[in-house]
Amino acid sequence: MDSPTHSYGVKRCSPGVFFLWTLPWLGILAWGGLSAVLCLWKGLNQTNMSNVFAFALWIVFDLAVIALGAGAFFTGFLTYIVGKKELKDIINAAVIIGFICYSGAMAMLGIDIGQPLRGWFIFWHANVHSMLVEVSFCITCYLMVLTIEFIPIILENRTLQKVRELRLFGHNLHEIMAVFAATGTFLSFFHQGSLGGMFGVMYARPFAARGGFYIWPWTFFLFVLSAIAAGPLFTILCTKLTEFITRKKLVPDQAVQSLAKISAWLLSLYLVFKFIDTLGWANSLVPKAGLRFMDFYREGPYGFWMVVAELGICGILPAVILMIPKVRQQQGWLIFAGLLTCAGIVLNRFVFIIVTLAIPVMPFDRFWSYLPTWQEWGVGLAVVGYGFLLFSAAYRYLPVFPKEPELNPAAD
Amino acid sequence: MTPFSFEWQWNIDYLLFMGLLYLALTIVGCGVGFALLKTVLQLFGFMRERHF
Repeated sequence: MDSPTHSYGVKRCSPGVFFLWTLPWLGILAWGGLSAVLCLWKGLNQTNMSNVFAFALWIVFDLAVIALGAGAFFTGFLTYIVGKKELKDIINAAVIIGFICYSGAMAMLGIDIGQPLRGWFIFWHANVHSMLVEVSFCITCYLMVLTIEFIPIILENRTLQKVRELRLFGHNLHEIMAVFAATGTFLSFFHQGSLGGMFGVMYARPFAARGGFYIWPWTFFLFVLSAIAAGPLFTILCTKLTEFITRKKLVPDQAVQSLAKISAWLLSLYLVFKFIDTLGWANSLVPKAGLRFMDFYREGPYGFWMVVAELGICGILPAVILMIPKVRQQQGWLIFAGLLTCAGIVLNRFVFIIVTLAIPVMPFDRFWSYLPTWQEWGVGLAVVGYGFLLFSAAYRYLPVFPKEPELNPAAD
Repeated sequence: MTPFSFEWQWNIDYLLFMGLLYLALTIVGCGVGFALLKTVLQLFGFMRERHF
């Protein structure tokens, strides 16, 4: 159906069907809301976090969505700084996905810190030598940048366009988007890197600690590379999911293929460095700590299979698929490779957060295990529900895909 | 934290860390300010409105 609130030349489902679509996501949000209220009211005893697992499911979700949301800054960098014009057809979707990922991560951190009323302490009483403080600063500032990048898309709504003040402001913001894209790239580079660097400087935990360059451990650069390889692929996956649900073509193949090709090269480069890093770590730092490589994979459920899954099945395999143009151009293979890459990056963040803390450090230590409570799952999955709701609303009311009317002439 | 806070120390660590933060905030603030100012000037007829 057509409506004055929808973009020109596109058709959307009826309000009733849209409401039914939002019900499961609203249900997940309600579960998350109840969990959040319990955590804020009764405290973090609602979780299975402990002195050993101070980082747990929420931080895995945080680091995963922040890595997957990197498509926003990197696509912005390619579009506005490098000048890849074809990506203008997908940049709006990338910005909205980035906004969802970062705002969701920030909301989850608000619960994770236990006392959100003291959240401002990290900014006002900053420890300038802490990588986590740098991450907090950069994530907060980058969320501001993403909000500014989102505003012109909101103001392009057909009804809002009728208000002259808003239309002019949206256009004027859009004209200087390169400035915000450059600032976003700077902020993202440092917070993606510092999230990795934080693990690399855990010198008391040989499983995570790494050597590096000046003050930055190699994990700093590996986290940046893995995020800019997986982020654009996550944007492509979200676009393909939207195309599947709406049964429409929304983005020209040229934009998708251009982004997938760049991701393929970055993923390959990341894997080369990751293998060098792993070999260097296993043959140099681990023996210096009095351990052998396989000592880390002896106990618990986290065996050597995780290395094979992360670097082989979710690393080399998608890189090979994406590097071959004829294979990459087939939608099924592209989606399969994208799913594997994103799963690999999530697995990488899981290994650095959970496995690092589970492995014993002292000879008298034991292997620790951790299972999240339903409240932790509730808060984590609420980000997924929120993401589906916001993206659905954006797709319904905003021109997220500028080429949609052209690619679906029957909708006119 | 600002240079007027009691924890502030005049050394390169603080200058770099907080300096880059304030630089990023200034760039973002100036960008939004510029867009707002241009909008006001266009609304009152002091600047031409571009048609897209």
